[in-house]
Amino acid sequence: MSAQPRELRRDALARRLRAVVDGPHVLSSEAELRPYECDGLSAYRVVPLLVVLPGSAEEVQAVLRICHDERVAVVARGAGTGLSGGALPHEDGVLLSLARLNRILAVDPDNGCARVQPGVRNLAISEAARPHGLYYAPDPSSQIACSIGGNVAENAGGVHCLKYGLTVNNLLALDLVTIDGERVTVGGSGLDGPGFDLLALATGSEGMLGVVVEVTVKLLPIPQRAQVAMAAFADVESAGQAVADIIADGILPAGLEMMDNPSLRAAEDFVHAGYPIDAAAILLCEVDGGNEEVSEDIARVRQRLLDSGASEVRTASDDSERARFWAGRKAAFPAVGRISPDYYCMDGTIPRKHLPRVLREIARYSEESGLRIANVFHAGDGNLHPLILYDANNAGELELAEQVGGRILELCVEVGGTITGEHGVGLEKINQMCAQFPPEELQMFHDVKAVFDAHGLLNPGKAIPTLNRCAEFGAMHVKAGDLRFPHLERF
Amino acid sequence: MADQDHAEALAERVRDAHQRRQPLRVRGLDSKAFYGRRVDAPQLDVSPHRGIVRYEPTELVLTARAGTPVSDIEEALAANAQMLAFEPPSFAASASIGGAVAAGLGGPRRPWGGAPRDLLLGCTLLDGQGRILHFGGEVMKNVAGYDLSRLMAGALGTLGVLLDVSIKVLPAPKVERSLVLNLGYERALRLMRDLARQPAPLSGAAHLDDRLYLRLSGNAASVEAWQKQIGGDVGSGTGFWRDLRDHRLPYFAGEEPLWRLSVAPATPRLDCEQSVLTDWGGAQRWVYTRCAASEIRAEVAKNGGHAILFRHGDDEIPVFHPLDAVKQRLHQGLKQRFDPHGILNPGRLYPSM
Repeated sequence: MSAQPRELRRDALARRLRAVVDGPHVLSSEAELRPYECDGLSAYRVVPLLVVLPGSAEEVQAVLRICHDERVAVVARGAGTGLSGGALPHEDGVLLSLARLNRILAVDPDNGCARVQPGVRNLAISEAARPHGLYYAPDPSSQIACSIGGNVAENAGGVHCLKYGLTVNNLLALDLVTIDGERVTVGGSGLDGPGFDLLALATGSEGMLGVVVEVTVKLLPIPQRAQVAMAAFADVESAGQAVADIIADGILPAGLEMMDNPSLRAAEDFVHAGYPIDAAAILLCEVDGGNEEVSEDIARVRQRLLDSGASEVRTASDDSERARFWAGRKAAFPAVGRISPDYYCMDGTIPRKHLPRVLREIARYSEESGLRIANVFHAGDGNLHPLILYDANNAGELELAEQVGGRILELCVEVGGTITGEHGVGLEKINQMCAQFPPEELQMFHDVKAVFDAHGLLNPGKAIPTLNRCAEFGAMHVKAGDLRFPHLERF
Repeated sequence: MADQDHAEALAERVRDAHQRRQPLRVRGLDSKAFYGRRVDAPQLDVSPHRGIVRYEPTELVLTARAGTPVSDIEEALAANAQMLAFEPPSFAASASIGGAVAAGLGGPRRPWGGAPRDLLLGCTLLDGQGRILHFGGEVMKNVAGYDLSRLMAGALGTLGVLLDVSIKVLPAPKVERSLVLNLGYERALRLMRDLARQPAPLSGAAHLDDRLYLRLSGNAASVEAWQKQIGGDVGSGTGFWRDLRDHRLPYFAGEEPLWRLSVAPATPRLDCEQSVLTDWGGAQRWVYTRCAASEIRAEVAKNGGHAILFRHGDDEIPVFHPLDAVKQRLHQGLKQRFDPHGILNPGRLYPSM
């Protein structure tokens, strides 16, 4: 098939697909395809051969059967908000949009769950559950737009993960369609399913193992109350210590966020959250639960913050102040976007105790490269988002930003962390996978993929690098905790 | 026994067994030897590979070798007012953390605290060729590569031999209180489901013999407030929950086949539930029944759940719920990739894998 010219292949495949999906939902003209050329990582763009928008799980099955039969690559896409290029199209493949599968099938308050189609927006689930006093806990920052199917594919996180877990901890069941068009349910109506935990395996598999056509999510009771404290610190070390002290005191905050000076300054300029702009770092610590519990916990949080050297601690006096404290954090990315033509968002996770060292190293990379870097940190769970500021109009700056980003991720691996906490590997971090995993572990990933998709048709080229690619990239596998040049001083 | 690293010796044994295609019965402290189908093979004893490797309370992560007794870990955690939130059952004097993860079982706290798969952050394992592989890590958030560490939880050692596990640990509640209410099955189930919809600090909800047992965990003020709201008598402390977790209640004393049903928690009493202890707010039911295995499984499957013949079965009835054709193919494929010669606990989970 690949010997034919692209136009002919496109027309032939479109004809077959239009037999199973309504004509208007098979997009084939350049103008129709163009909007699908990238996801949230817009530095990479590829126009797919075709875009298909099936209207039911049965249509997804039929589309996959055809693609399997024709040996055509399939890239599944939810809302396209992903930040790692996971939904970047394949130039000879079908971009399978799940956007039309957007129905909430059932909210079941008695069983504390909801059954939804993959194209349902994350926030829409909580909105539908609210009349029952329930909500869906994982709240990635894109939650007004991102889809639950994409959340499953990426094992999405958010600011409440430390207490409420990731997507994988908040699912009961998934219906997947395999590349040969078979539908399978993993998980169950109870708290577990029979056999191997394929629910966990499928979650975060970046569309490489199957296509999600239905999701059963766990719903939780909405906490009675939430309260937030904001603390300013003259140095990052004290802020890090404050986090450890809060945890050591037996408090499990619902949210615990840190911003360094460049990011808090940008956020303050943008939304006027009331952040102290001279602070080296601020911490936002939110506790939630029953009324009595929150009153006690917030008092203790305040004390720990003061004990660990905060120059200022403010507790939100009402909901509007609480919303304002959070507004700055939630607007951190767009705020940084205002002070730089472009920025590149990284997503490493580190053991929290290494934060001061990692931030010092990042500052050094910034100095050496001449690129400004602002840091936003999910401090409770060690997930660091350095934002590298660059200007794509200056020749070579994107490449430089990518290089600096790569060094940051390798640093995360060196200190015992990981190259991606919640954004996924996608295409973006595929080279850094070579630093995190030795060949035999990468091979095991390929073996697992082959069990589900022997011909490698689902999202080819993403998430797991080939061993050849790693050899070319030349990255040395960094064993967690071992420095590559232990004799060198590192500041 | 002293803490020791036996990873290389264990790897050598598995490499040798792989070459000779010699099946192995993988065991830790063997407290759950009864669980799953019988494996008649020389044993691979992981229990000498023990000791807590790293534990930093403020990072909320503990890494231990698989043979480490759960009691050692619980002791270390208690000294820092922390706990294993999945409350692993211990069916004998001593259980290993590797076995706890491999069995994938959670105690009464499971609906709120999670199962081993929810708290497992990473592991080192031996695959069926004796290669030492590492998946996941010691950080809370990690989406690099497929989540092969969580796949090990509940796989009963059929995909790999766990060498060490990294687990997210949590602060222990400051106050725990048990309440007992005299309620029949239907009303107890109703109340458990109503409470699950409210922000009550529940950490246990079980029903047996017209009594509903509830456990509240949290700070003093919160537990006090909810106790007033719910009512009932204050129970005798932690004993009931420990005995429920470890199957030491008189209910479990019989030698009859014991079924574990996993169903949507609000599912009304099923025909096959002739004698039932309901845990997890309705989602886990321990059942003695005169119904045939096929009837039980059909009834549970109709409700989207699955049934395990947990204990005292015979060799005729499959222990675990049969898989549909697609899942069967995926299971066999995974087994084949992790353990090409089928030497690790062959048949313990399902025949022919």
